[in-house]
Amino acid sequence: MHRILALVERDLRKFMRSPTLIVVSMFFPLVQLVVLGYAFGGKIKNLKVGVVDQDRGVPTVKLREMFMAVAANARTFETVEYTDAGQAVTDLRNGRINAVLNIPPEFSRRTLAQAAPQVALVEDNTDNFAASALQGVFIELVNTYSQKGGEPRVPPGVTLSVVELYPYVPYIQYLLPGSIVLAIFVSAMIGGGIIYIDDKARGLHEGYLVTPITKFELILGFNLSGAIKAFMAGLVLTTLGSMVAGIPHPLDPLRLLKLLLVIVTTALALISMMFLLMVRVSDPLVPRAIFGVLNTLLFFPSGAVYPIYGFPTWMRVISTVDPFTYAVHAFKTLLLKNTGLVAIAGDLTYLLVFTVVMMLLATALFRRTL
Amino acid sequence: MAAIEVENITKCFNGFCAVNGLSFTVEQGQVFGLLGPNGAGKSTLIRMLTTLLPPTSGTARVNGFDVVHSANQVRKCIGVIPQAMTTDLDLSAAENMHIFAKLYGVPRERRLRVVKELLEAVELLSWADKPVKNLSGGMRRRLEVARGLVHEPKIFFLDEPTTGLDPVSRVAVWEMLMRLKKERDLTILMTTHYMDEADKLCERIAIVDHGKLVALDSPMKLKASIPGNNILEVSFSRLPEGWLETLESLPEVQSVKAEDHVYRIGSNNGPRTTVELIEAARRAQIEIASLSVQSTTLDDVFMHYTGRQLRDALQDAPGYDPRFFYERR
Repeated sequence: MHRILALVERDLRKFMRSPTLIVVSMFFPLVQLVVLGYAFGGKIKNLKVGVVDQDRGVPTVKLREMFMAVAANARTFETVEYTDAGQAVTDLRNGRINAVLNIPPEFSRRTLAQAAPQVALVEDNTDNFAASALQGVFIELVNTYSQKGGEPRVPPGVTLSVVELYPYVPYIQYLLPGSIVLAIFVSAMIGGGIIYIDDKARGLHEGYLVTPITKFELILGFNLSGAIKAFMAGLVLTTLGSMVAGIPHPLDPLRLLKLLLVIVTTALALISMMFLLMVRVSDPLVPRAIFGVLNTLLFFPSGAVYPIYGFPTWMRVISTVDPFTYAVHAFKTLLLKNTGLVAIAGDLTYLLVFTVVMMLLATALFRRTL
Repeated sequence: MAAIEVENITKCFNGFCAVNGLSFTVEQGQVFGLLGPNGAGKSTLIRMLTTLLPPTSGTARVNGFDVVHSANQVRKCIGVIPQAMTTDLDLSAAENMHIFAKLYGVPRERRLRVVKELLEAVELLSWADKPVKNLSGGMRRRLEVARGLVHEPKIFFLDEPTTGLDPVSRVAVWEMLMRLKKERDLTILMTTHYMDEADKLCERIAIVDHGKLVALDSPMKLKASIPGNNILEVSFSRLPEGWLETLESLPEVQSVKAEDHVYRIGSNNGPRTTVELIEAARRAQIEIASLSVQSTTLDDVFMHYTGRQLRDALQDAPGYDPRFFYERR
């Protein structure tokens, strides 16, 4: 036991003497949280819609007045006048405008005759997000116009009443659980088994390999000190990140306790996994080179940025074994839904079992001699 | 029971044998040296004896324990100073010592006492709380020696303890080692490629070359074993015919070897041979370009047994770094 603690003490003392490392390992996930959080899911604004009015009747004028009103208010789009439909579409192809609203010549006549009048929205569908945003806005506009214009809507048979269980979740909050796990992962990358590899590269490991320390004690010592560092990173990101993302009651003590539990188990799981992956590696460049690959392979299939249900089968296989998935799920449950332990019991169990399996495998594969 | 027993130990990497059938014994309380050029297999041997590398064949016992089957028992009773510096630069001298003591399970009371004693013994007490990166190479090496003794072992392994140190530090390390050895009655096995170090410190020396044992005895007996206890190194302005025979017939001459234009004459009485040599040269009307007379050194012993000079063999060393040999399985 004292040998394990001696190794932990050694690693932590060295860690405390390089504060830059500490700051950097927290900084990257925090930056990613903020940037990604605001890069995705923002409200689409200021798109250019070319309007071709081939009709110029009274109903058309009314329709266009509505557009202007919406444009002035929500600023989702602004209108650009075109006299020639062909010119408008050409400009659309060249990227000068984002869509074309074409009001055909018979629009007013058909409206008055209630003969299925149509306006056409020509979209640039290479940009999915802008296209669907515009589509949404215009469909709503057209529906509202139909109501206002006195056109009776199709009498609905069944209506859907939507009830949201939780308050609105902006994307940055959706991203927070993934960012916390990422912070723990970055810390595991730079502070776990890689310490042993760096020691090996400098020949320092001969210093302690001649002592009577056993394989298991060695692995446990490195994993424990790495987990402590990863825990601190996770804690910082949970508290700071919650505040940045605007989670209500970020420091609620009861939830914080449950969060601490998840942070500890996640830290142990990721550290022991990294150690196993590096157990036979001697070249200090290898872990640094695969960092990017591992990061991508573990982070995105975990459902941190996009739900698992949307994944192809092969990716869902990764999701099932990926410890990130369970950690993200647990953090999401606690941060966004504030539930009890029951909801995260499964995640905690998986992470603990995962840790044990990783450590046992690492002990079996670890080379005690040079 | 001998402190260290090595029987026919061999270590081969991918067909290349760094150590090839070495056998020797080190008694309790002895200072034993392994002398040889780089690449001779010294570090590999020490790594096997300190349980870092398993031998390919053969056995070794340290303090009665087999290095393969009772590795942990061996580790508990040996102190090791590897060739590379293994103290942590970011920690202070005292921290290095304390953590190491904890790795050996030294109880707290004893640990506090021993660390202080050892730092004093190596004259680093005033540097105890300074980070190791502020220490010079010699001081760091002294710290490593102190650290190796923190669990008070009886058997001490040193792999090239003064390589890379300046002359003053080397002497300091030697003096410290001898003092510690006497105070604590240690058995020491050290490797070196410095003949002066082996000569000065070791009671018995094993000369190794290319993984094999070439000679094994006390320094004095080794030097006495080669013909002639003085070496004359001499070069001439020109070489008349039959000069080699003339040299060989000089009084007290045991052997004459020629290397380039330098003759190395082994003689039982250096001064007498020198006088006759000068006479012979004068009579033959050739000038002596250079002349030096010295007692035989271990270098001469090495040359005698291997045909190469120790200092030339140093250039001869293979290109790999033995420290990273474990990667080539």
